[in-house]
Amino acid sequence: MVMLKNLSEFEIGERGTVKSVGGEGKVRRRLFDMGVTPGAEIILRKKAPLGDPLEVTIRGYELTLRKSEAALVTLEVK
Amino acid sequence: MLKFALAGNPNSGKTTLFNNLTGSTAHVGNWPGVTVDKREGTYKKCPEPISIVDLPGIYSLSPYTPEEVITRNFILNEKPDCVINIVDATNLERNLYLTTQIMEIDVPMVIALNMIDEVKKAGAEIDGKKLEEKIGVSVVEISALKGIGIAELMDRAYEECKKGRKGSTVLKDCPLGHLINDVRIALEGSGKVDNPLFHAIKLVEIDALEAEAHSDLIKMVEEFKESFCDDVFGDDFEAVIADARYKYISKNFSSVLTKPAGENRLLTKSDRIDRVMTHKVLGIPIFLAILFLVFHLTFSEDLFYLGALGVISEGFVFLEGTFFEGLFGAGGINSPGVILLTFLDTCMGALAEAVAAALEGNAAGWAVGLVSDGILGGLFSILSFIPQILMLFLFFSILEDSGYMARIAFILDRILRKFGLSGRAFMPMIMGFGCSVPAIINTRALADENERTATIRVIPFFCCGAKMPILTAISGAIVMQFGIGNVDVITYSMYVVGIAVAMASVLLMRNTTMKGEVPPFIMELPAYRAPQFKSLMIHLWDKAKHFIKKAFTVILASTIVIWLISHFDWNWSYLPDDRMNESILAGIGQLLQPLFTPLGFGWQLGEWGWIFTVAAITGLVAKENVVATMGTLAACITGGFVADEALGGIDAVMNMIQATNITVPALIAFIAFNLTTVPCFAAVATARAELPAKRKFNYTLLFWLATSYIVGTMIYLIGSWWWTAFIFAGIAAATIAAIAANNRKCNCLCKNRRM
Repeated sequence: MVMLKNLSEFEIGERGTVKSVGGEGKVRRRLFDMGVTPGAEIILRKKAPLGDPLEVTIRGYELTLRKSEAALVTLEVK
Repeated sequence: MLKFALAGNPNSGKTTLFNNLTGSTAHVGNWPGVTVDKREGTYKKCPEPISIVDLPGIYSLSPYTPEEVITRNFILNEKPDCVINIVDATNLERNLYLTTQIMEIDVPMVIALNMIDEVKKAGAEIDGKKLEEKIGVSVVEISALKGIGIAELMDRAYEECKKGRKGSTVLKDCPLGHLINDVRIALEGSGKVDNPLFHAIKLVEIDALEAEAHSDLIKMVEEFKESFCDDVFGDDFEAVIADARYKYISKNFSSVLTKPAGENRLLTKSDRIDRVMTHKVLGIPIFLAILFLVFHLTFSEDLFYLGALGVISEGFVFLEGTFFEGLFGAGGINSPGVILLTFLDTCMGALAEAVAAALEGNAAGWAVGLVSDGILGGLFSILSFIPQILMLFLFFSILEDSGYMARIAFILDRILRKFGLSGRAFMPMIMGFGCSVPAIINTRALADENERTATIRVIPFFCCGAKMPILTAISGAIVMQFGIGNVDVITYSMYVVGIAVAMASVLLMRNTTMKGEVPPFIMELPAYRAPQFKSLMIHLWDKAKHFIKKAFTVILASTIVIWLISHFDWNWSYLPDDRMNESILAGIGQLLQPLFTPLGFGWQLGEWGWIFTVAAITGLVAKENVVATMGTLAACITGGFVADEALGGIDAVMNMIQATNITVPALIAFIAFNLTTVPCFAAVATARAELPAKRKFNYTLLFWLATSYIVGTMIYLIGSWWWTAFIFAGIAAATIAAIAANNRKCNCLCKNRRM
């Protein structure tokens, strides 16, 4: 069964494949440039001590982004 | 001379390669975006000398950050003879994304596959030959850190630059391949455009800069757009192209990289460190402890509080009576920073005395004064602070190179966001504790214009190394003269006042003149690495050079000018020290003195009050001057007064207190005024160059003046008459209410308009 979920709702250790990226302009382009494009696999590594931002592994490196930005990324959960 | 450019992702080892090629002193860091400007050096081992330009690290050639624009314009307009694209082999996919963009420009190019040794150490394998075959650009495997493959890289680049190269793209087979080709042919047909392929792709992306330049062709793109629909991206061509690049990379280059079975060993080590450093509960305490340790090791005169705890009570008795008495501290151990400071101070004091003794009797009185007080005094006042400033930089470099600085941004983003900033703004702010100049330059890593302007404006409020003597001298004098408080407590509270003023101003700006979205925070967290000794030393030498240069230029010139106008009257006749109150400088000071009445150091101080005014004015040149000026001018209050070097200006301030009857609140207001007012020449010039919009510079100067005047007034009035605190609280509450009401009105208007 295919389950879609926003990256901001992920639990630590959960992994998924990017389905779509929302947002517009600068933020959207920045996400693409950093490799957050459909088909990329993402694992949520941890949350910052204050609960936000998030740290994820994507394309073999660590990326940090805020929950508000993670909410733009929809993934297919494995 | 041939010109080669180094381009690549942040943190890919570009600057290490640059240092390796040029033997130069460029700074290397483990923080995405350390190279904030391009630097040049020369490589001499090819048949002809080659100028190497280190460009800022970028992820893409999109036009959204200043660094991306710098790199893009450099490659397009300056037309380097070859671009060396440095690619981090441990992070191949994301690094090749930039490669696919650079190769679209008509410029000779070589890929330097860096950190190949780390890949092998981790048990993985990358086939450089295969990569070269697939992508159609020369590939050389190197390790910039260990110097492997550097000569081969340069030989290949030299070969390539003689051959020339036409741009090529990986987008041929993507859904927009035909459109790109059509636009490219149209651009070539016009005959006016260099790099037609690159511009064609940017046009298809509907890049704002390009659309303006080619309004006729953008129609062609728009028309195609109407008939085009991708099931994932709709008609967002920028997204289709970014996606096509990554698709191409993952399709073709997973075969180049053979991953070992099981976990990546290197990553795990970095992960283990990170698990502690950004721990849910311990993360913030660890950060605070590290910050405290950095400042403690640099500035404390009682290392680890051993003296206060009674572990060491007698100090270093065996040094008593020797040249080095007091070097390691009295009643406790000095921190390494203070030991170096004392050492340099002792040496230079001895030197100054020797020079003065040699001149005495052999030269005119004014010449002796000019050399020993004006020139040497001014120079030594800044040179003796170099050890502490360098020490602070050393610690910051270690934090940066190790990769922890990026985690600080990660930890603090949540807090800074409340002030309308991102976690990235923390780095330039904390650098402000060392020196505002590099801190202001470092704001280039901030993509958002409002965030950058706000950060530049508040950086001077973070008490820099040069302002520190003002704090220590005056708080020392307060304790010794009035017998109240504690030097450490007063000093630390002034640091806190600076931070509080900075945060309040940012909040005020973001709610009034600089409204807008909180800037995004999408950042790479580099793997932890052990800092390289060589790169640390290169960084320190760079900073030392900067300060020594500053000491021998701006500060030397200004101390000579100040000495001259304080030792000559309007008729240009020489005045000895004890008649300085008749000088030109005194005249200027007396004229401006009444302005500072609300701050407690205006007319109420009487005859000698102008010294405070003059000290603040000389501080505009360099903040080291504030205490230095007091030291010089104290001599004219009590004839024959000689400032004791070891007391760091405390005695001079005490002399001033006795002569003017200045109150404690006024002294604190004086510190706060100097802390928050217009910074030194060098910082002002840097701010002018770095502010995104030139017209903002005048407002920035006004902002600094207004802030310092208001903060100084508040401190003096509340300190003198406690009940005035209620008045200020009332004003603050009214301001906040007015801003909130105004913003609400704005929101309503906007909503109505939308409806």
